[in-house]
Amino acid sequence: MKARVFVTLKPSVFDPQGHTIAEALHSLGYGSVADVRQGKFFELDLGAASPAEATRLATEVADRVLANPVIESFRVELNETA
Amino acid sequence: MKFAVVVFPGSNGDHDAYYAPTHVLGEQAEFIWHKDTSLRGADVVLLPGGFSHGDYLRTGAIARFSPIMPAVKAFADAGGPVLGICNGFQILLECGLLPGAMLRNRDVKFHCEFVGVRVDRTDTPFTAAAREGQVLRLPIAHGEGNYYAPPDVLDELERNGRVVFRYANAAGETTDQANPNGSLHNIAGICSAGRNVVGMMPHPERACELAVGSADGLVVLQSVVQALAKRGALHASA
Repeated sequence: MKARVFVTLKPSVFDPQGHTIAEALHSLGYGSVADVRQGKFFELDLGAASPAEATRLATEVADRVLANPVIESFRVELNETA
Repeated sequence: MKFAVVVFPGSNGDHDAYYAPTHVLGEQAEFIWHKDTSLRGADVVLLPGGFSHGDYLRTGAIARFSPIMPAVKAFADAGGPVLGICNGFQILLECGLLPGAMLRNRDVKFHCEFVGVRVDRTDTPFTAAAREGQVLRLPIAHGEGNYYAPPDVLDELERNGRVVFRYANAAGETTDQANPNGSLHNIAGICSAGRNVVGMMPHPERACELAVGSADGLVVLQSVVQALAKRGALHASA
């Protein structure tokens, strides 16, 4: 069972990297890109865990380590293909 | 009195943090490896600058789980003076000994330069020998020094005088131009509620001798020596 964790900066937090990327896209001619926010993606291989256990474990790991709750929020998705 | 300099894999400011109190101030210091669990009777704990764990995941995010950190936390909870410099500040933020978080510098550039740092509070062990309003010329070297805290936390810090250092120009004005990284309220350093834990992004330990360009940082270390001499040496058993 694989869990995917997506970590993003909270909307109220300024994202200098995302902003830089948006500016770069604009200079490449992609003026229709209104904004870019950069986040992180983690894939956790949780072995033979059940979906419920995998979700619980991934959530705990995300909350404790993968995301900084002061500035980031996260979501967990399960990927059932082994 | 003895300074403990905690060394994490990737710390590179540990030798500067060792040199300043020993060679310049004549005090004792000892390196403590991050996997140790005892601070060995240290009177002051320094968390040095560098790139612990390569800054992987987030700056300080992995170092906060090091085996030495419970001892550091116990020392801090007992009132012992702890100074986190640069990456050390980031580690204190990640482990919750100080509130808030660091973001990437607003211009997404690594800043390695001298800046003006105004001392706003002299009621911490690390600023006791400084003058309120004094502007120190200190070097910074960081890519993520953009201090952030949610509005209610920021308000509390300001209300309780927990902003110890701010980026300022030579005249002591906290202008936007004097702010190298976009830190909210030009914050360069803060302290805990108990005031004994201080985190700062600039490097006082790299400005203790005129030969390196500034000796303005010496007052930070002199302060804690003075504060402890007044208090009587505090031995934290671990």
